[in-house]
Amino acid sequence: MIDPLKQIRFEDMKTLATGAAILGTGGGGDPYRGRLIAELAIAEHGPIRVVQPRELADDDLVVPMWNIGAPVIGIERIEKGDEGVRALRALEEFLGQKAVALSPVEIGGSNSTMPLRVASMTGLPVVDCDGMGRAYPEVQMITPTLFGIPASPAVLTDTAGNAILLQTVDNLQMERIARAVCVQLGGRSAMAGYPMSGRQIKRAMIPGTLSLAFHLGRALEEAQTGQDDPIDAILKVTRGFRLFSGKIVDVNRRLEKGWARGYFDVENQGKTVRVDFQNEFLIARELGRGGRVLCAAPDLIMSVDSHTGEPITTEMLRYGYRVTLLGMPCDPRWRTPEGIALGGAGYFGYEEAYVPVETLVKWLIANG
Amino acid sequence: MMRIGIDVGGTNTDAVLLDGGRVVAKCKTPTTADVSTGITRALETLLKQQRPVDIRAIMIGTTHFVNAVIEQRDLAEVAAVRLCLPAGEAVPPRTDWPSGVRQLTGPHTFFAHGGREFDGRPLSPLDPQELRQIGQEIARRGLRQIAVTGIFSTLQAEDERRAGRALSEVVPGAQISLSHQIGRTGLLERENATLLNASLRPLAEQTISAFERALEQLNLKSALYLTQNDGTIMRAAFAREFPVLTFASGPTNSMRGAAYLSGLKDGIVVDIGGTTTDVGALINGFPREASVAVRVGGVRTNFRMPDVLSIGLGGGSLVTAGGAKIGPLSVGHRLTQEALSFGGPVLTASDIAIARGFANFAPQRPQLDPETVTRASEAIKKMVEEAIDRMKIARGAVPVILVGGGSVLVDDQIQGAAAVYRPAHFEAANAVGAAIAQISGEVDRVYELTSLDRTAALADAKRQAIERAVAAGAQPETVEIVDVFDVPLAYLPSQATRVHVKAVGDA
Repeated sequence: MIDPLKQIRFEDMKTLATGAAILGTGGGGDPYRGRLIAELAIAEHGPIRVVQPRELADDDLVVPMWNIGAPVIGIERIEKGDEGVRALRALEEFLGQKAVALSPVEIGGSNSTMPLRVASMTGLPVVDCDGMGRAYPEVQMITPTLFGIPASPAVLTDTAGNAILLQTVDNLQMERIARAVCVQLGGRSAMAGYPMSGRQIKRAMIPGTLSLAFHLGRALEEAQTGQDDPIDAILKVTRGFRLFSGKIVDVNRRLEKGWARGYFDVENQGKTVRVDFQNEFLIARELGRGGRVLCAAPDLIMSVDSHTGEPITTEMLRYGYRVTLLGMPCDPRWRTPEGIALGGAGYFGYEEAYVPVETLVKWLIANG
Repeated sequence: MMRIGIDVGGTNTDAVLLDGGRVVAKCKTPTTADVSTGITRALETLLKQQRPVDIRAIMIGTTHFVNAVIEQRDLAEVAAVRLCLPAGEAVPPRTDWPSGVRQLTGPHTFFAHGGREFDGRPLSPLDPQELRQIGQEIARRGLRQIAVTGIFSTLQAEDERRAGRALSEVVPGAQISLSHQIGRTGLLERENATLLNASLRPLAEQTISAFERALEQLNLKSALYLTQNDGTIMRAAFAREFPVLTFASGPTNSMRGAAYLSGLKDGIVVDIGGTTTDVGALINGFPREASVAVRVGGVRTNFRMPDVLSIGLGGGSLVTAGGAKIGPLSVGHRLTQEALSFGGPVLTASDIAIARGFANFAPQRPQLDPETVTRASEAIKKMVEEAIDRMKIARGAVPVILVGGGSVLVDDQIQGAAAVYRPAHFEAANAVGAAIAQISGEVDRVYELTSLDRTAALADAKRQAIERAVAAGAQPETVEIVDVFDVPLAYLPSQATRVHVKAVGDA
């Protein structure tokens, strides 16, 4: 068991962002700007308090927060800085209740750092949890959906001062409507939604993921400056598996309806493994041998540089890279039939039945 | 018609004289601290070999400005003006800079109204009164260098231009650097590059004036150009305003020179020097660009830099562990004092090449253990082969072009190479790359494909790129489009598409 984070200081942000990038499973966006934004807030307002889900009272109000829209807009239109706080305040006003804590919805990639600035600015603690344990491309793809917890009411804000409150009939509608509103708000918005009680947080959210990201980042940093193998260090923290190591020999990437889709092939000693992605890595299969699956979503597929352990995102994939593919078991909440339907490779159109990565790896070891 | 190409590296200044496409004279002299003395010496040597009749242009590639940033010297204080309100304040200018460079360029930051949304709508209108007040404050602080960066100025540059004009009216002797002329989408990185540019302008003014005086003294009246990151050139007057655009000209020039000398447009270039080997991929005669953010002296930028893999292998690399380990330590320019073949105490990669008969530039062939020689030769070749393999863009063997003084270290039996080319004048490929450089114009912006379709957007971008090339001095009849790509913006169900176009023409 890893030590839970108690607070996030300025100097912790880089480490946390490194771990979040690994948990982005190839997507999730670059946490660099989010890291700077949180660092600046911490420099001004002080460190962020981190609380564990079990420390919450059952009727505490917790507000999850994230950014929605195109990352390329995020890298150009730097925020005003109060978008997140205004989204939070508008939601509180509508609910007639003050938030006791905030939480991330997505630990993988850039959204991991978004609630941290708001936490620092408001003095609210952030709960050590998220709703994915990884990265996913759509708003409804979070564990609270599996527990019947609505995304509504949710608020989107922009830099100009607009705040839009949405009440939708279900979480899929929230995804569609919020994304359309976001375009009108300049293509990227801060969002507060999925308001939950402490009781709901304990049941529906994945605990310990901020700590996991931090320890993952720290393990990698320590291995890179010391003698340990960086990949072993990652595996130790994630309790993951080495799926395959080799050289990228083909990359196929295209944009479909705003999503980056495609695959890349990793080859070693006559064996080739193909990883398909839609923003995030979805399924890793051996070419030949009937296309045996090595790992599939909702389990995490991570691609890291074989020498340094640095994460290789879908944008960075290129012929010649020496990569190691890692598989990490997802949170058990994703492993129910409903969880697999919502976040499994099947949701993205793959027909293979989901088998947990540890079972697949056991088979591989037994059969070479 | 003749052209002179000069490449000023950290150790040597190389110069070549090209007649049409032919190298008719070349020389190598040590680089001097002030750069221009070394250039004068190189030109004198070159002109002694061949008195040219009609020199159309002189092209200089220099690492002088990038070194000023890395060594944190000769940087001026700069006022950063960001057109962004009501957005844009969350991460102020110079965030995440090394403290040395941050302090040298000063704490001068101003947020103003202006800038655009991704679809071209104004974020807020420009406020002339506000800009006037900012200008007065800049003048009061005695600053002359101003860097103006507007949100989505790569899409709509008008705000930056108007703000620049408004500030020049108030600030005496103001020199304005506008971000849309320097970087691409990615506000912080583009702003960083613009700030570095502004802080280097006094040094650029001084250095380029010295270049011009040097040419004058030698009675050379040809047009002077400086080479840029992307392998193209800019006029001296333009380079005074855009010194940052010279940052990566070193590796770019050698790759372009290698392409030219070998006649190949696609392949892998291996430039083996004294301490390091640079390996890069050529696509259509130009270096492939890096896809990730590049830090210059610790400052994050998003220049179009060539994607170069540097490994610790060169003619001066130390050979240890009985030949199993090569480098990364090197005797560098002390080769002729320290290498075994020159009577020195150290076994270097050059000694291995000499022992195998690949090279004969030393007074003696050293007596070496044959096993060590074999092992070291294999280790050297393996390093080169691995680097080539990492830089390839697709499966299969590729043409490999070997350049640089250290290219004698390897033979032609390179795994993964479809053929190995060692073009004539390989040791001066960098200067040749400078001499053949063309003038470019570039467009990188977002189009909203509602009022116009993709074809019209591409046509518009091409027209602008050609206009920019001609404005930069290209002869209009020689301009052609060399690079086009368009990608829809991810995570958005809108019709926004980012278009990049580049045009080049002869000087």
